[in-house]
Amino acid sequence: MDELIFFINKVLINGTVIGSIYALGAVGVTLIFGILRFAHFAHGDLMTVGAMFALIVTALAASAGFTAPVPMGFIVMPVAMAATAVLAIGLDHVFYKPLRDKGTRPVVMVMASIGVTLMLQGVVRLFAGTQSRSFYIGEQKDIFRIAVPIGDARRTITITEPQILLIVFTAIVVVALHYFLTRTRRGKAMRAVSDNPDLARVSGIDTQMVVRTTWIIGGGLAAAAGTLLSLDVVLKPDLSFNLLLPIFAAAIVGGIGQPFGAIAGGFIVGFAETVSIFNWALLLRPFRDIWPEAIEFPTRIAFVPTEYKLAVPFFILIAVLIWRPTGIFKGRQF
Amino acid sequence: MAEYRRDFIAFGLLALLYLVIFTTFGTAYTTRMVVEATCYALIALGLTIQWGYAGLFNVGIMGLVAIGGFATMLISYDTNPAFWESDGPAMLAGVFFRLLASIVILVGVFNLHRTGLSKRLRTIIQLIVLAACYLWVTGALDETATYIEREAGFIGGLNMPVLVGWAAGAVVAGAIAYVIGRICLGLRSDYLAIATLGIAEIIKHFLKNADWLTRGTLTVSPIEWPVPTPNEIGFVAARASYLSLTAILVVITYLLLERALNAPWGRMIKAIRENEIAASAMGKDVERRRLEIFVFGALLMGLGGAALVTFARIFDPSGFLPLNHTFLIWVMVILGGSGNNRGAIFGALFVYLIWTLSEPAALYLFGLAESLGTALFNWQAPDDLDSRALQMRVFVIGLTITLVLRFAPDGVLPERLGQDDK
Repeated sequence: MDELIFFINKVLINGTVIGSIYALGAVGVTLIFGILRFAHFAHGDLMTVGAMFALIVTALAASAGFTAPVPMGFIVMPVAMAATAVLAIGLDHVFYKPLRDKGTRPVVMVMASIGVTLMLQGVVRLFAGTQSRSFYIGEQKDIFRIAVPIGDARRTITITEPQILLIVFTAIVVVALHYFLTRTRRGKAMRAVSDNPDLARVSGIDTQMVVRTTWIIGGGLAAAAGTLLSLDVVLKPDLSFNLLLPIFAAAIVGGIGQPFGAIAGGFIVGFAETVSIFNWALLLRPFRDIWPEAIEFPTRIAFVPTEYKLAVPFFILIAVLIWRPTGIFKGRQF
Repeated sequence: MAEYRRDFIAFGLLALLYLVIFTTFGTAYTTRMVVEATCYALIALGLTIQWGYAGLFNVGIMGLVAIGGFATMLISYDTNPAFWESDGPAMLAGVFFRLLASIVILVGVFNLHRTGLSKRLRTIIQLIVLAACYLWVTGALDETATYIEREAGFIGGLNMPVLVGWAAGAVVAGAIAYVIGRICLGLRSDYLAIATLGIAEIIKHFLKNADWLTRGTLTVSPIEWPVPTPNEIGFVAARASYLSLTAILVVITYLLLERALNAPWGRMIKAIRENEIAASAMGKDVERRRLEIFVFGALLMGLGGAALVTFARIFDPSGFLPLNHTFLIWVMVILGGSGNNRGAIFGALFVYLIWTLSEPAALYLFGLAESLGTALFNWQAPDDLDSRALQMRVFVIGLTITLVLRFAPDGVLPERLGQDDK
């Protein structure tokens, strides 16, 4: 029984948590890819910057003496989301829009976004240094240990408060996004631009507004993902670069321009990571007594050593590019 | 002559700048800088043919540079008798045998459609066999790696001439580029960027964690030089002879590239870049040409990386950073003028100079700001001010990229288009 609980903790819970983070990031990437037609490499750093904003507000609130039943970082998250959305629109105006207006190739836009990545990284490290920071200023991170009343289980299912908040938040985002994209005028306009920009423009859709909305959603969700991840672990200034590859993999797996595909892709990549680094030999342990003598009992069956976790999203990406370049949800193929 | 005036002015000013450095910082320092700059020039030439001539977006230069350096280390480092006397070679051969056997089995399994099994069943069998083979091979590899690390430390080198190592570095980098290119070049250019970014990180992770092969974070040194080392003939003479070697490589590469690009092949490459559809309508094999270019560029990157690591005399996998070994080279190429070989060389020499000087400059400026701030506002500077000052260079690199793309997309020495191209 203990082994099963260990499996739930390590694979199911961790996979859901990291999958939610990837999903929140991938929604932004896929929308930007679909509407502005370039891979936004600065997305990971938008997450870091968003988490930075949240940390600053949290510190202010903590020094002002506010307390709350849930972590302060979560309460101030909307502020950080709004600030990051504004920042994203600003970045677009200063760096991407001039290039877009000149009609440069999408690949040059990608290059520009890498420039923006480096600038954001530089600024964050200039003001925050390179060390990790915790969101918990004068509060405790709640950890729930749920005992399982079956058999002789001694382990408990462990989940932390920020993990619950993250999962709930992601669920709300999925529902809200669905309503936004299918029921509102603005959401429908976004889908129209994504499907056929020229047709959308001649039918009188305000593309400027669509672009702005894209950045608001992308920036806001990036800030939320960054904040929630930092709440669960710590805020590291170089967190973004490691997130970039899984997020792109998630967006491509789900099909470019498909927000729900991106969410599914995020969970696929997240679970693939936890499944492949999990030591499956643990689950065989209860059967040790009936294990045939002839075969050596395996102590370690893991597909990927933990230090090569980054290879998992990469190979998913490669596999999808080879077998199904449109992604599993039939996104646009470029 | 008039058309080369810009080149003359640019390179003249650059020479003047290096002369100033030479007189202020001394011979040894300057030769070191120039050697490294020429190594970067080789890498930048690789990037300029990928990006400038074919429009291929490679952000995984770091991986190719690292693999080039690794191959040199493996070929030229002294042999490790502890490894060769142990069971290590036999075990490695065993792993290799398992790998070959797996490949044979997999080829068989992926040809199951000839037997007429249903597609779903085939996929299931393929996945199971793939996973089993993978576990079989990696299991043996794990065991071997642990054994080698315990008995011998790491497998050591092959004690062959360094220049063989450089060639091997180029070839291995080219082979990796071939695989990536085969997968990604038919797709949209952004995908190539994402894939190269990923492969670079994976190569770095692998080199860092495969202790049995590279000693990981313990690093390997000293790596032999193809020319006499400083211990034998002194710093300046040794560095100067190394410089002559790298400079000759740069010149040869440059001449060969100019020749190739003014040949029908080069015109075809440019035609593909300018209008892919028209070129393929004329019967040009677009994907194949792109793959060629991508592999050629990677060869140069591997060679440059090999030269760079050899010069440093130490192979340290953690020393490869996306900033220094990918984005710096991008700045060199787009600032120098993409699609122009002289531009790439100019960019490499110029940007590397600025990059090297920016370190003391940033420290000085931040020190100044700190003392001013303390004097005027009683500002308490953070302890890690120095490391933050160096991070400022990240910002400057990013700013340069965005500004050049927006205001001077052609760079200092723009691509020279022929009379007919205008």
